[in-house]
Amino acid sequence: MAIGETIRNSQIWKSIFRHPMPLDRRNRIVVMLTNFFLHLHPVSIKKQGIALSFTWCMGGVTFFLFLVETVTGVLLMFYYRPTLEWAYNDILALRDVTSLGILRELHRWGAHAMVITTWLHMYRVFLTGSYKPPREFNWVIGVILLLLTLLLSFTGYLLPWDQLAIWAITVGSNMARATPFLGYEGPGQQLLTVGGIDMITDGSDARFGLLGARFVGEETLNRFYVLHCIAIPLAVALLLAIHFWRVRKDGGISGPL
Amino acid sequence: MHSNGQFLKDVAGFLGSYYTGLALMNAVAAYLLWRRSKQPALALAWTVFSAAMMILAGLALSGEERLVPKLPSAVTSLVNQLSGPVLYTLGTTALLTVLFVFRRFFVKPMVAWTILNGMLLLMGLSMADANFASIVMKPDNVPIVGLVFLLAFFTWVATKQAVVNDDRIAQGLPPMEKLDDEKVLVWPDLVYTELICMVAVSAFLLVWAIFLPAPLEEPASSVKTPNPSKAPWYFLGLQEMLVYFDPWYAGVVLPSLVIFGLMAMPYLDFNKKGNGYYSIAERKFSYLTFQFGFLELWITLIILGTFLRGPNWNFFGPFEYWSPYKVEVLNNVDLPQMFWVNLLDRPLPRAPQGSGTLAQIGYILLREAPGLLLLGAYLVILPPLLAVTVFRGFFAKMGFIRYMVMSNLMLLMLSLPLKMILRWTLNLKYLVSIPEFSLNF
Ligand code: HEM
Repeated sequence: MAIGETIRNSQIWKSIFRHPMPLDRRNRIVVMLTNFFLHLHPVSIKKQGIALSFTWCMGGVTFFLFLVETVTGVLLMFYYRPTLEWAYNDILALRDVTSLGILRELHRWGAHAMVITTWLHMYRVFLTGSYKPPREFNWVIGVILLLLTLLLSFTGYLLPWDQLAIWAITVGSNMARATPFLGYEGPGQQLLTVGGIDMITDGSDARFGLLGARFVGEETLNRFYVLHCIAIPLAVALLLAIHFWRVRKDGGISGPL
Repeated sequence: MHSNGQFLKDVAGFLGSYYTGLALMNAVAAYLLWRRSKQPALALAWTVFSAAMMILAGLALSGEERLVPKLPSAVTSLVNQLSGPVLYTLGTTALLTVLFVFRRFFVKPMVAWTILNGMLLLMGLSMADANFASIVMKPDNVPIVGLVFLLAFFTWVATKQAVVNDDRIAQGLPPMEKLDDEKVLVWPDLVYTELICMVAVSAFLLVWAIFLPAPLEEPASSVKTPNPSKAPWYFLGLQEMLVYFDPWYAGVVLPSLVIFGLMAMPYLDFNKKGNGYYSIAERKFSYLTFQFGFLELWITLIILGTFLRGPNWNFFGPFEYWSPYKVEVLNNVDLPQMFWVNLLDRPLPRAPQGSGTLAQIGYILLREAPGLLLLGAYLVILPPLLAVTVFRGFFAKMGFIRYMVMSNLMLLMLSLPLKMILRWTLNLKYLVSIPEFSLNF
């Protein structure tokens, strides 16, 4: 007890937490205002807005899973090289050699779970009619987040570079071949010719843009790696910041008027 | 099919713990019914069920062919024989409809609990079938099993509250959520809830990661195509649509429309009611539209694509062996063929040798006239027609642009089930088939 007291009275502790323990009403308010991580929240909230039966905590769980994916993803990057020579072997080593051998499992199952919880979160937002004014735009941001979550999962699926990976990506990206006008097997691509030269070929169409090659190869691995580890997570982080900010600005969790 | 004996030994441990889990779950339920709800009769019933599950657990642990509880082979082969895309789609639609219409009955906790136990028991019995287990226990398919149960659970949670709210609103009372609008401090109420959620999710994820290894197949090879080749599970609904549409529509246009339609939704739904609380009666139209799109056209197609589509994307019953040699006869016909050849008994219109581009296009249009006219009527004539009949009220409230966007999104969404029906009844392949421009619909 005395030690705890000493610590809490030390200059270091007080410089980090600018208030006493949140045990009384005043300090429970102060903690929400002075702590960076907590200030995402309001100070007080309608009881209904935090009922598990209302929000299912699904948005929160999705966000938490995103954080889990970020941490396990960074750890995985220590062990993984996105090249034809190493990708598969590094994954093998992760399973057989690396200590804490469930890193890949945590990351993969966390990703599946995040797709599911995103859907469930959308489902609850729909069922409570929380997309209605004034929250229309936050729903739109949510839809983009949903799309990005799927793309994160999709780009990550390729990285183990096993049969499962390249064929799932091949099947998935074959669709882009058929993009109207922009895919070389798509309707209307015949119309895009300049001076008799076909502009849309298998070396210039939408699928080529996605894969960086005519088929899923090393260029694709590199492209998906960069998208998966840098581009999409950054976009998600930015949109999440806006999403949370809008929840507050739109009047907090929705409720009957 | 391989021998069942070794398989049953392999799954004995899993099935044993599965039934033990079921028994424990129901023992807790029985205890709560007895102590908390003071319903000894119900408590007794669930105690008996729990004991029965304990016996099944023992039998399953034996790993013996004649002891492990499983579905009789007469049942499994009947299910295999009966099931197909038509029955599956109609069946799931009928099931969802029944659940919706009789929702008052199904949300009762005891009814829901009975159904949950029935589902879990059926799942356990099916797991003793080697073919069923080999698909369901594929590591990447496990999340979808989870998704099905989670969706069922949360749909129940939501519907239960909606039913209560709808009753209250009918009596002129505010929804339940309104009763709880006193303010509480975020610390500790919300912060602690979040902390508990984080701990629970972490624990769940750790257990999952320890017990289910992530899949890793042979190294990638661009010459060895696996059969079936499947996209990641969350895109299998789209892959299933490829049965009915060409990739440009199923794989590019429809998904873009789904995204666009979702984004447009808050701007199309002009109904001010049902904002911030669970309700069905106050927003039936948007509720049914969303549920049809999400549960029927997205989720059930994913389940179909994951569990019931095998080699060559052929349909397989849940207990059927995925044989790559299964052949399905495809005798689908295009509409121009049906119209010109089968109906009018004439050859397909074709431009004479050496005619100019314009003439060729003219002949293509003539050949495809039946399909183009039908599509034109569907997308151009139907919206205004609906605006002055069924959707008259909508049109008045929404204005021209919003109404047009809504009705076209609606019709495009319905293009999928309609095409399914045309395929099943008329063997129709394409309504419009212009290979000259890679445009098939
Ligand atoms: C990466 C995915 C996402 C994360 C991490 C996330 C996170 C959150 C969180 C933490 C909340 C607070 C309330 C709650 O937990 O339910 C919230 C609210 C909200 N979310 Fe999301 N979300 C995501 C995706 C989506 C999607 C896909 C949609 C809809 C298509 C959406 C629409 C909304 C709306 C409209 C609200 C306000 C709800 C209300 O006030 O009741 N979000 N989100």
